[in-house]
Amino acid sequence: MDINLRIRRFNPEVDQKPYWAEYDLKEVQPVDRVLDLLEYVKGYLDGTLGLRRSCGHGICGSDTMRINGRNLLACKVLVKDLVRGDRGTIQVEPILGLPVIKDLIVDMEPFFEHYRAVMPYFINDEPAPERERLQSPAQRARFDESTKCILCAACTTSCPSFWANGTYIGPAAIIQAHRFIFDSRDTAGDRRLAILASEQGIWRCRTIFNCTLACPREIPVTQLIAEVKKEIK
Amino acid sequence: MQIHQFDAVIVGAGGAGLMAALHASSQVNVAVISKLYPTRSHTGTAQGGIGAALGNIEEDHWEWHAFDTVKGSDYLADQDAVEVLCREAIDVVFELEHMGLPFDRIENGTISQRRFGGHTSNFGEKPVHRACHAADRTGHMILQTLYQQCVKNNVRFFDEFHVIDLVMQASKPAGVIAVELASGELHVFHARAVMIATGGWGRVWQISSNGYTATGEGASMVLRQGLPLEDLEFYQFHPTGLYKMGILITEGVRGEGGILLNGRGERFMERYAPHIKDLAGRDVISRAIYLEIREGRGIDGRDYVYLDVTPETVNKCLATAGEPRRIDRHYVESKLPDILDFCRTYLGIDPVEAPIPVQPTAHYAMGGIPTNANAEVVIDTGNSVLPGLYAAGECACASVHGANRLGTNSLVDLVVFGRRGGQAMAEYCMGANIDALSEDPAGAVQARLDRLRHANGKFRVAELRGRMQQVMSEHVGVFREAQGMQQAIDTIRELKDHYQNDLLLEDRGYVFNSDLMEAWELGSLLDLSEATAVSALARRESRGAHAREDCPDRDDEKWLKHTLIRRADAGELKLDYKPVVITDYQPKERVY
Repeated sequence: MDINLRIRRFNPEVDQKPYWAEYDLKEVQPVDRVLDLLEYVKGYLDGTLGLRRSCGHGICGSDTMRINGRNLLACKVLVKDLVRGDRGTIQVEPILGLPVIKDLIVDMEPFFEHYRAVMPYFINDEPAPERERLQSPAQRARFDESTKCILCAACTTSCPSFWANGTYIGPAAIIQAHRFIFDSRDTAGDRRLAILASEQGIWRCRTIFNCTLACPREIPVTQLIAEVKKEIK
Repeated sequence: MQIHQFDAVIVGAGGAGLMAALHASSQVNVAVISKLYPTRSHTGTAQGGIGAALGNIEEDHWEWHAFDTVKGSDYLADQDAVEVLCREAIDVVFELEHMGLPFDRIENGTISQRRFGGHTSNFGEKPVHRACHAADRTGHMILQTLYQQCVKNNVRFFDEFHVIDLVMQASKPAGVIAVELASGELHVFHARAVMIATGGWGRVWQISSNGYTATGEGASMVLRQGLPLEDLEFYQFHPTGLYKMGILITEGVRGEGGILLNGRGERFMERYAPHIKDLAGRDVISRAIYLEIREGRGIDGRDYVYLDVTPETVNKCLATAGEPRRIDRHYVESKLPDILDFCRTYLGIDPVEAPIPVQPTAHYAMGGIPTNANAEVVIDTGNSVLPGLYAAGECACASVHGANRLGTNSLVDLVVFGRRGGQAMAEYCMGANIDALSEDPAGAVQARLDRLRHANGKFRVAELRGRMQQVMSEHVGVFREAQGMQQAIDTIRELKDHYQNDLLLEDRGYVFNSDLMEAWELGSLLDLSEATAVSALARRESRGAHAREDCPDRDDEKWLKHTLIRRADAGELKLDYKPVVITDYQPKERVY
């Protein structure tokens, strides 16, 4: 396949403003990941390209990008998922709503700040038993979906409410709160609900469903947000 | 250049680094420095489970776990360290649960356990349910849980700071030097103690389960200091990597009942491991797959076999084995959701309906930085401790895995030795002085980096890396022989020469210069490739993951010993050997 790969580029040490760079790639395989194409560009055409990646198979959450207008992990989308026939264009840009540092690399700190704000950790101050705390399979299943989150930011940076107002805590942080609020062993659910009920919290969610469509882990994000909303008294 | 001061610095924020941070930071002032955001670390990709003899489903004892680990190691593991590993595994799993880790549960509310390769009851009798799991994302849950607890405890992180060297003063560690990726600026972290927890170097090989960032800088930093690395020739090839991509397909698939099939539809592991078949040691199965393929019995005669976990096949095997259990689509989907997702995403295959094409994939370094059971780095054949230097996790070699690691034991290793190392390091810091830093601790590193940054030769990093991976896969892979290994050494030395004298970089900047950092990583990979091939060529026997066609038998008389390799002052690699610690289990023939 012939692919015209368009990458939104910006190097703060050189460029005044962002621009589109185009790379014509030959002999692309339909099963190549978009990450394979980016690695090829970086390895053989232009070593200055900036991107984050680590595991390469959709688990570490490093390489979220806006690909053909949708938030996707570059390592989890294949060329054939984007292009039919034997030629086409693939467009890659940094995710929206976070400051661009260089090319496809954005500043993740605002995202992690929201994450930290919801007390994203297990709290139970009762003395722990000698062995495990007991939890039934049904209690465990209650929060299974939200344990899948890899903090890739695909949901939060696809959310129009977040684009409009970056102080909105965003879907990823709500999912992290969900993971503990519905864990039968955790005792701090009310404190998290109080945080989420604040002005920059969960009520800024307008149920747009972009987050659910964007999640590479197929977490039903909008549904889980609704579950949390129902818990707020 | 900025200078920071801490009691201790931990390099790497995977399972070992975070566990050490939790335990050390309650007592002393700790910084965790990672080239990634902590949750991007490779621990997160571990799937099937963490082994601990909880006995929740059936009778189990840590002594059985220890026996399996020693046997799995082909008797090269140090048995005193293995005892620590398996005994403390139980307690550390409960500690993780108390931190909130969402293990799967069985009906009585205790942690669910599954079977895994090489784990047996009663000293090899039959497979045992020992792997505690959270679906097939156990590593993800460990990494998330440890990071969450670090956030709770206000552990100090330096994310996306790439550590490139140790600062050594008077032969003792005095800190590390790191590049802040966002600015390109050098930072010196001055400390009483340093823990290296930087993970493995699977990127030495072409088909690998390891992420792009598993490039072994922690181990190569140690090698550059003239300190030894242990048992590098023992590198694990996991039998079931996704065909062509190498993505890990957990042994848990076989633990849940999946089987391997060759091109003739035969369950070929019955021939290689008559007792526990598809749950034999990983080295045994990788060799079997390789041999089937070589004999033309791959699928359609090609270089892969099938891993079949369709309920139809699994239920047939369960019936034959006289087991009452049966599985269905829902069971596979709930126990192995990520595996199904990988197969659907990358191959368009639904493993509930069709078998998965697999081939061996470079997976795990059994060898690494030699340590004792407190994660203290030891530096000679007499195991003398280098005060203030610690290593834990995949980059370290305690040695609990010997010549072949059992599945689930890497996660046990991370948390058991991360915890012990964190505690030992905190204790050390409370009694240790901090010497003044030398005048220009980062001068030499800065000069080396700048030379690389302006490299204007012929060879691209990607090109040299590709050639290294190709030659190491061909000659220092599942099977090896002298001539091939020598050829690998010659090629790696040629590549190192190009790297030193004729490298081409294009990014001369400072902000996120990953061209430069990938070049630095390649330097590490080349050093480890060379040391691996040299260690392998010298060991004239076959043991565990080191399988030589020209020396097919294990030779306990000559080779029941650990390799130590170090770089001498003149630059050449020197080999030395140290004895294996044997307590309860005398070496015997290893059959499954």
